[in-house]
Amino acid sequence: MAEFLAPYFSTNWQWVAYLLVALVHCALLIGLVAKGALLFIWLERKVSGRIQDRLGPTRVGGKFGWLQTLADGVKLIAKEDVTPGDADRMLFKLAPYVSFCASFAAFIAIPFAAGWAAQNLNTGVFFVLAVLGMEVFGVILAGYASASKWSLFGAMREAAQVVSYEVPLGICAVVPVMIAGSMDLNVIGERQAGWFTNWFVFHDPFTFITFWVYFTCSTASVNRAPFDLAEAESELVAGFHTEYSGLRWSFFFMAEYGSMLVVSLLAAILFLGGWNGPIPITHLVGLTAEQGVLTGVVGGLLGIGNTLFKGAALVTVMIWVRWTLPRLRIDQVMTTCLKYCTPIAAAMFLGAALWNLSGIPFLNDLAPHRAPLEVREALPNSTAQAEPPADGTEQPESNDAVAQGVSSADHETHVAGPVQARR
Amino acid sequence: MEQGIYWPSFFFLLFGAISCLFSVAVVLTSNIVRMAFYLVLALAATSGLFFLAGADFVGAMQLMIYVGGTLVLLIFGVMLTGKGPFVSLSTRGGEWILAALVGGSLLATLLPATQAVDQWQGISRDELPQTVSPTATRLGLGLLGARVDKLDQPNPALREGMSGYLLPFEIVSIHLLVVLIGAAYLARAKRRRATEIVE
Amino acid sequence: MTPLFASLLTEPVGVSHYMMVGAVMFVCGAVCMATKRNILGVLMGIELVLNGANINFIAFGSPYLRSDANQLGLDGQLIALFVIVLAAAEAAVALAIALNFYNQHNSIDIDRADELQG
Repeated sequence: MAEFLAPYFSTNWQWVAYLLVALVHCALLIGLVAKGALLFIWLERKVSGRIQDRLGPTRVGGKFGWLQTLADGVKLIAKEDVTPGDADRMLFKLAPYVSFCASFAAFIAIPFAAGWAAQNLNTGVFFVLAVLGMEVFGVILAGYASASKWSLFGAMREAAQVVSYEVPLGICAVVPVMIAGSMDLNVIGERQAGWFTNWFVFHDPFTFITFWVYFTCSTASVNRAPFDLAEAESELVAGFHTEYSGLRWSFFFMAEYGSMLVVSLLAAILFLGGWNGPIPITHLVGLTAEQGVLTGVVGGLLGIGNTLFKGAALVTVMIWVRWTLPRLRIDQVMTTCLKYCTPIAAAMFLGAALWNLSGIPFLNDLAPHRAPLEVREALPNSTAQAEPPADGTEQPESNDAVAQGVSSADHETHVAGPVQARR
Repeated sequence: MEQGIYWPSFFFLLFGAISCLFSVAVVLTSNIVRMAFYLVLALAATSGLFFLAGADFVGAMQLMIYVGGTLVLLIFGVMLTGKGPFVSLSTRGGEWILAALVGGSLLATLLPATQAVDQWQGISRDELPQTVSPTATRLGLGLLGARVDKLDQPNPALREGMSGYLLPFEIVSIHLLVVLIGAAYLARAKRRRATEIVE
Repeated sequence: MTPLFASLLTEPVGVSHYMMVGAVMFVCGAVCMATKRNILGVLMGIELVLNGANINFIAFGSPYLRSDANQLGLDGQLIALFVIVLAAAEAAVALAIALNFYNQHNSIDIDRADELQG
């Protein structure tokens, strides 16, 4: 997009083009995060109401109380911003923004349709997981800087929980990476094009279980009930945000709903086909980039709808789970992670690797799909294609090696390395 | 100079300034949690520098492990200084002067050394490689023992020697395992001590 | 030093610039290790030193930063990866030692860790 705009400016003013593009990307992403939070907070109240046999908000904005979140937001802005007397003022004021930035930055690498990401990263999966892990910084800083026992307890619980749950989460995320043979989210998504049987969740029985383990771990790593020990009201008042009020408090909530959406979108791309609908309508009708720019854009927009729908559906399931299951104790949370999720994830990883090697047919082979290498070469915005054919001495070599099956292991060792180190 | 600003250089200055400033801040502050916070900012800015140098995988790794590792440092900082929330151990005045002297002379040695070689001064804009080639796959193959980035090495004797990093990779893996077991053994809870502390 | 800074914004940076950042980080880390009385502060100094070294490795391995381009290939990045992993291992052991020390002395002042002196 920047390359498209740049020729319209003189040499000295080309940075304006880049700035414009950056601003547009930022505005779109901030719009998504803000509207996502707006929608999901309202949805949470409605769903919880229905589950508890209430109506939830009904008045603000006419029907269904759909403007309730906005009204809440206005109220929060108007509230006094209190800082406790003993607090470490600088860290106390910074903490919500640290949390929000981490959750927001993860959106940068998420493609909403093939190639439609703010920044197409070659190591997309890895980047998203790494940045999401930094959200807990804000929480710990908040807990420490509040100079309150409740906050500190909440923050320490969150730290222990998030650091532990990143292990099974990483192992689960490696399974689709291994099958697609790439850490590029675009490649992973395109690899699942076609009928819904091509989605990685139906690749083999092991990936099917992996998806559920991933979903459990992602719920835990974004601190949603039944794993919301960090803000357990019945024990810790409000956990790490006990001392926060007004706008800063709402930033923590924006961060929470933002990271819920990120892990759900990641699950959608890794396991549920991303921007590929259950039936390949865009391909049947001919709305692909090969047919022309305009049809490509329409197809891309449909893909964005698909991705967002899947993400929103997963967030809804998270909300549903929150209002259905009781909260676990902290030792039960750690047991779930270390004694169940991690071994299951490791076993599923091994199983999926063996299944992939042995080539036993499963649902995935019902409909035709493209080989990983083919996907990587066909993708228009793929980073692999950035290499011009003229000096392509090294890239084809590595691709050959990939084709020989060496590489299915190399990604996995990479991601498994840091995961091990974190333990 | 008519070419306008070269933006990667601008971002280098930005990230470089952030990492230098916050490294200095780590030295100057004595509150352990703030130190950890500044360290995180410095390390994150460094990962930005890695991305700018074309090392995308190492940059992401830096974010995940280093910054994550510092997170654990931070937690320990909060835990071990838990008796009063803001306990800080300050450095004595004499030590500051000595440290400033040693550090200043070290810096005075190192900075001219960085300027010593002409080839290190950077390349002009026209000679830059025009393509960005991602490194994750090639790094992975390098760790498995195949150096796809050096296939054009003319000297066959040298090509023999480029067997990649399979052995170091295995050694590091075993080393990590040993370290994890050792750390768990060292840090295991001692009941007797724990009760003494409570009293 | 003037040719270095004159074209800083209009021309690509080189290995020298990266090495300067690395040098500042290294010195900060060394001073941090020497002056801090808190065990964790010393650990943070070590992290800074290793990170300063890593910047140099990455800079020398990068094809964008030097005119005798790509002599090092991927070696720089591979070594940087090993440094990061070993730093994580070192931090794990050091934190275990710090915890033990705290259990023994009820303090993390490193000046009190002189019991073994002769």
